[in-house]
Amino acid sequence: MAEHKIETPVSDEVIEKLKAGDRVYISGYLYTGRDSAHKKLIELVKEGKNLPIEIQGQFIYYVGPTPARPGKPIGSAGPTTSYRMDSFAPTLHKLGLKGTIGKGSRSEEVKEALKKYKAVYLAAVGGAGALISQSIEEAEVVAYPELGPEAIRKVKVKDFPCIVINDMYGGDLYQEGKRKYRRV
Amino acid sequence: MKNIRLSEVRNKIKGLVQKANFELQEDVLKVIKDMEQREESPAGKAVFKQIKDNAQIAQDEKLGLCQDTGLAVFFVELGEDVKLQKEEGLNSLREAITEGMKEGYEEGYLRKSVVEDPLRRKNTGDNTPAYIHWELVPGDTFKVTFIAKGGGAENMSAVNMFAPAAGTEGVEDFVVNTVDQAGSNPCPPIVVGVGVGGNFEYSALLAKKALLRRPLGTHNSDPFYADMEKRLLEKINKLGIGPQGMGGQCTSLAVHVESYPCHIASMPAAVNIQCHSHRVLSFEM
Repeated sequence: MAEHKIETPVSDEVIEKLKAGDRVYISGYLYTGRDSAHKKLIELVKEGKNLPIEIQGQFIYYVGPTPARPGKPIGSAGPTTSYRMDSFAPTLHKLGLKGTIGKGSRSEEVKEALKKYKAVYLAAVGGAGALISQSIEEAEVVAYPELGPEAIRKVKVKDFPCIVINDMYGGDLYQEGKRKYRRV
Repeated sequence: MKNIRLSEVRNKIKGLVQKANFELQEDVLKVIKDMEQREESPAGKAVFKQIKDNAQIAQDEKLGLCQDTGLAVFFVELGEDVKLQKEEGLNSLREAITEGMKEGYEEGYLRKSVVEDPLRRKNTGDNTPAYIHWELVPGDTFKVTFIAKGGGAENMSAVNMFAPAAGTEGVEDFVVNTVDQAGSNPCPPIVVGVGVGGNFEYSALLAKKALLRRPLGTHNSDPFYADMEKRLLEKINKLGIGPQGMGGQCTSLAVHVESYPCHIASMPAAVNIQCHSHRVLSFEM
C-alpha cells in the first residue's frame, strides 16, 4: 500500500498512480456536494447549461458539515454515504471530474465510469468529522446557499486523509478487504 | 405527586443533545478499545485510532462527533403521578422537548438534518420535529433518553414479517444478511438493534429500543436472548467487513435483542443499525 501526496486539480497521470488500498493526502481545493446539490447539477447538465463550479480535474467531497463555530472555517465534516450519488457520478466523470470522496460502496456503473474516464473513488473515515475538520483550512459557499448543509462549498484542504477504494483499474478495497477476513 | 417544571425540562434537553453529540460515552469507548485490541487488520486498527482521536477532538472543541448530528429521537417515560408545570410560554411537554432540542442544536452548532416533506425536501432549518416516543408508566418516574440517529446507518435498517416456521435460524439469518448487505455503508463497527415479535410497527420500535440499552454490550436478562446476541455478534464479526468496511474482524461492537409477544400467525423481526458514533444519553428528574 503506497502513500501519495497530491494536489488538486489533478491530471490523468496522477490518477494512474492510485491503487485500491493506497493512502492519499490531498492538498488544494475540493468541492463539497451531496444529494440535493447533485440533483441540481445534473438538471443543469440535462438542460445543456453551464455548471456553477469548474469540475475539470477536481474532486467532489460528499459532505454536509455542521455549522462553523466563530473563527473556524467549518464544523464537523466527515463523509456521507456515497451510493446515493451513484446515479449522478458517471455524468460528472464524463465532464472531467477526477474523483469523489465519501464512504460506502459504489455501483457497477460508477466503477465502470472510473475506468472509462480515468477517475478514482476515495473514502474518508466516516464518523470522524471532528478529526477530518482539522485538515480543512477555508470554506466558502459557492452555489445553492438555500440548501443549508447541502450547499456546494469550495474548501481549501491541507493533507486531507483518504484511502483509495476504487481505482481506474477495477480494484476495490472493500471487496478485497472483506475477502481477506471473511470466515463464513 | 411530583412537580416537574417544563422550563427545567427544556434546559436539560438543551444540554443533553449537545453533550451526546460532543462526548462519546465511556461504555461506548470501552467497547471500542476492547475491539481495537482484538482487531488484526492494519486498516481496521488505523480506523479505531481515528475514532478515538476524533472523540478527543470533538470533546475538546465541542464539535459534533459526526457531522450527521441526526434526527433527534427521544424516548420519554412519564410517570402517571408526575404533574407538569407549565411556564415560560411552554404549554406542553412536547413543546418543552422541542424547544430544548432546537436551542441545543442551534447553540451547539449541530447540523439541521430534517426536510419538511419527504418528496419536496425543503430543510426545516431548526432540526424540528423532535421524534418523540411516549411511554406512560406507573409512579413518579420522569426519564428522557436521547439518541442522535444519523441517516447513513438508519437507511441500512430493515423489517421482515416472518412466518413462525422460520424460527430462530430465520431471524438470525435475516439479521446477519442485513448487516452483510449494508457492508461499509452504515459506518462499521456498528451497533445492531434487533426487535423480534410484537407486530409490524412494534418490532421496529423494539429494534430501536434495543439500541438504547446501557452499558453498551450488556446482554438481555433472558439467557435465551443473551445466547442469541452472542451468536449474532460472532457471526457478524466473521463477515470480514471490518471497521469502515476495509476488511477486518470487527464489524459490530454489540448486538442487542429485544422481544415481545406476538400473533399466533406472525413473527415480525426488525434490525435497526447504528453507526460506531453511538450517541445515546439519558436523564431523570
